[in-house]
Amino acid sequence: MIRSAFGRVKAWVTVHPIASFVLFFAIFPFIAPYQALATQVLIFGLFALGFNLLYGYTGLLSFGHAAYYGLGAYGAGLALAKLKVTSLWIALGIGLGAAVVGGALVGFFCLRRRGIYFAMLTLAFAQMLYFIAFHAADLTGGDDGLRGIPLLPLSIFGASVSLRQPLAFYYFAYVLVVLAVAVLKRILDSPFGAVLRAIRENSDRAVACGYDINRVKLLSFVFSALFAGLAGALDALRLTVVPVDSLYWSTSGQVVIMTLLGGAGTFFGPFVGAATYLVLADRLSIFFEAWPLVIGVIFMAFVLFLPRGIWGTLTSRGIGQ
Amino acid sequence: MLDVSLSALTAQVFTGIVLGGILVLMAIGLSLIFGLMTVVNFAHGAFYMLGAYVAFSLLGLTKSFWATLVLAPLVVGTLGFLVERLLIRRLYGRSPDDPLLLTFGLSLAMVEGVKLLWGKIGLTVDPPTQLAAAVDLGFMRFPVYRLFVIAVTAAALLALWLFLEKTNVGLIIRAGSRDALMVRALGVDLNRIWLLVFGIGIGMAGLAGVLAGPMRGVYAEMGVEIIIECFVVVVVGGMGSLPGAIVAGLLMGEIVSLTTFFAPRLAEIVVFVVMAAVLLVRPSGLFGEAGLAE
Repeated sequence: MIRSAFGRVKAWVTVHPIASFVLFFAIFPFIAPYQALATQVLIFGLFALGFNLLYGYTGLLSFGHAAYYGLGAYGAGLALAKLKVTSLWIALGIGLGAAVVGGALVGFFCLRRRGIYFAMLTLAFAQMLYFIAFHAADLTGGDDGLRGIPLLPLSIFGASVSLRQPLAFYYFAYVLVVLAVAVLKRILDSPFGAVLRAIRENSDRAVACGYDINRVKLLSFVFSALFAGLAGALDALRLTVVPVDSLYWSTSGQVVIMTLLGGAGTFFGPFVGAATYLVLADRLSIFFEAWPLVIGVIFMAFVLFLPRGIWGTLTSRGIGQ
Repeated sequence: MLDVSLSALTAQVFTGIVLGGILVLMAIGLSLIFGLMTVVNFAHGAFYMLGAYVAFSLLGLTKSFWATLVLAPLVVGTLGFLVERLLIRRLYGRSPDDPLLLTFGLSLAMVEGVKLLWGKIGLTVDPPTQLAAAVDLGFMRFPVYRLFVIAVTAAALLALWLFLEKTNVGLIIRAGSRDALMVRALGVDLNRIWLLVFGIGIGMAGLAGVLAGPMRGVYAEMGVEIIIECFVVVVVGGMGSLPGAIVAGLLMGEIVSLTTFFAPRLAEIVVFVVMAAVLLVRPSGLFGEAGLAE
C-alpha cells in the first residue's frame, strides 16, 4: 500500500518535474528544520544543478566550479559595494556576466585537453582565481572577504519590495531558481541536450555523427557556469559579504559531493544532494568538530556502492545505469 | 651591492631545485600510478601530508632522523597498499572519474583525521643537528639540510630508474603501462603489480612529506596545496611521462622560487599562467603523447 502510493508519487514527479519542483519548494520553508536552511538548499541546489549539467549530462568532471560561483558572487558584490549600482537586477546581471565570461575563457583552455586532464585543469584555473582574489585585496578585500554589500530593495513592476525578511528573500530566490530549472529542462529536452548525453555516452560516436563536440562542450560549460554564477550572486546578496573561500577548492569539492550524493545526471539529484549535505553538515557540526571526516567517508561509500546517488537509486536513473 | 644580490639570486635558484625536487618526487608517483592504472590519485597530497605527520611522531619515538627517514615512507607506503587493496581495486573497469572522486573523499577524510589525531595547529620539525648549519659554497651560504634534500631526491629517483629499467618487475611495469591486456595474456598477475606500484608511488609521496616537513612546517592543508601544484606539473610535463615529470617539476620549482624573489605576490599565480601558455602552444604537454588516456 505504502509502496504503491510512493510509486504513484514517483510517477507523477517524473512526468511533471517542473510542477513538482514549484509545488515542493513553495512550501519548503515551512517543512525545513529552519528557514535559513531552506534558502541555502535553493542556492546550493542551483549551484549543483549547474555542475550537474556539465558532469551528469555531458560527462565532464569539473573540480573547479568554485570559480563561476565565486565570479558570480564577486561580480554582484563588487557591483553593489564598489560600483554602487542602485538596482539588484543590474548587480545580478554583472555577476552572471562575470561567470559567463570566466566560464568561456577557462572552458576554452580546459577543453584543449580531454579526459582525466579536464578535472585537473578546472581545479588549477579555479585555484588561480582564488589566489588573484586573495592578493587583490584593494578590490576584493582579500582574506577578509568583500564586505559592505547593501541589500537593496527589489524594484519590480514599479513597486519596491524589501528583501530583509528571510522569507521574502527565500521567495525572491525561489522565483529565480524556478526560472533556472525551467531553462535547464528546456536545454535538456532540446536537440542540443540530446547531443550532450551522446557525448557523455560515447564522444567518438558523437563526432562520427557529425557534431562539433568541442563547440557543444564549450556551450555546456558556459551554461553550467551561468547557473553556478547565479547561485553565487544570490549567495552574495543573502550573506551581504563574499568570503574569499567561495573561490577556494573546498567550494568546488562541496558541489561535487552534493551532486553525487543526490545523484549525478538526475533532474532532482542536485537539490536532494544539497539538502542532504547541508542538513548533515548542520547536525554533525553540533557535536563533532571533525564533521567533514564523516562527510568524506559517506561520500566514499556513495562512490563505491551507490554511484547513482540518492535520487538516482530511488528512481533507477542517472549516470551509473 | 650587486655581489650580494647575485649570491641571493643563486641561493634562490638552489631553493628552486629543492622545491622542484619535492614536486618531482610527488609527480613521478602520481604519473607512475596513472600510467599503469589510469587512476588519478587525488589523495596523493594527503599521503604527503601524512608522511610529514608520521615523521613528526616517529622522530619523537625513535629520536633518530635517519630511522624516521626510512621508516615513515614505509609506514605511508603500507597504508597505500591497503588503500589500493580495499578501496581502489573495486573501481577498476569503471570510469576513470570514479577513482578520482573516491580519492577526493579519502583526502577530505584524511585531512580531518590528521587534525583529530595530531591537533589543528601546525607542527614544527627541526632538521637533524648534523644538517642544521649553513654551508659556505664559496659564492653563497646555503642550509645543509636543503642540499641534503636535493641529494636524497636524486638518490630516490636514481633508485626508481634502476628498478624500472634493470629489474624484471620494472620491465613488467613498463610493459603494463603500454598494454595491460597483452601483459595479462602472457600470464602475468597484474593485480600484484598494481598493488606494488600504488605502494611505491604513495611511499614516494610519504618521503616527499618527510623531507618537506623541516623546511615548510607540518600542517593539515599542506597536501592539498601540493596536489594542485602536482596537477600543474603533470599537465605541463605530460601525464605518464617520467622525464616530463622531472623537467616540469624542476621548471615549476624554479619558476615559483624566482618569482618569490622578484615579485612575491605573483608567486602563487605564475605557475598557472605558465600552464595556460603550455596548453596554448603544446596542448599535450612538453613530453606528453597526445591521446594517452584522453
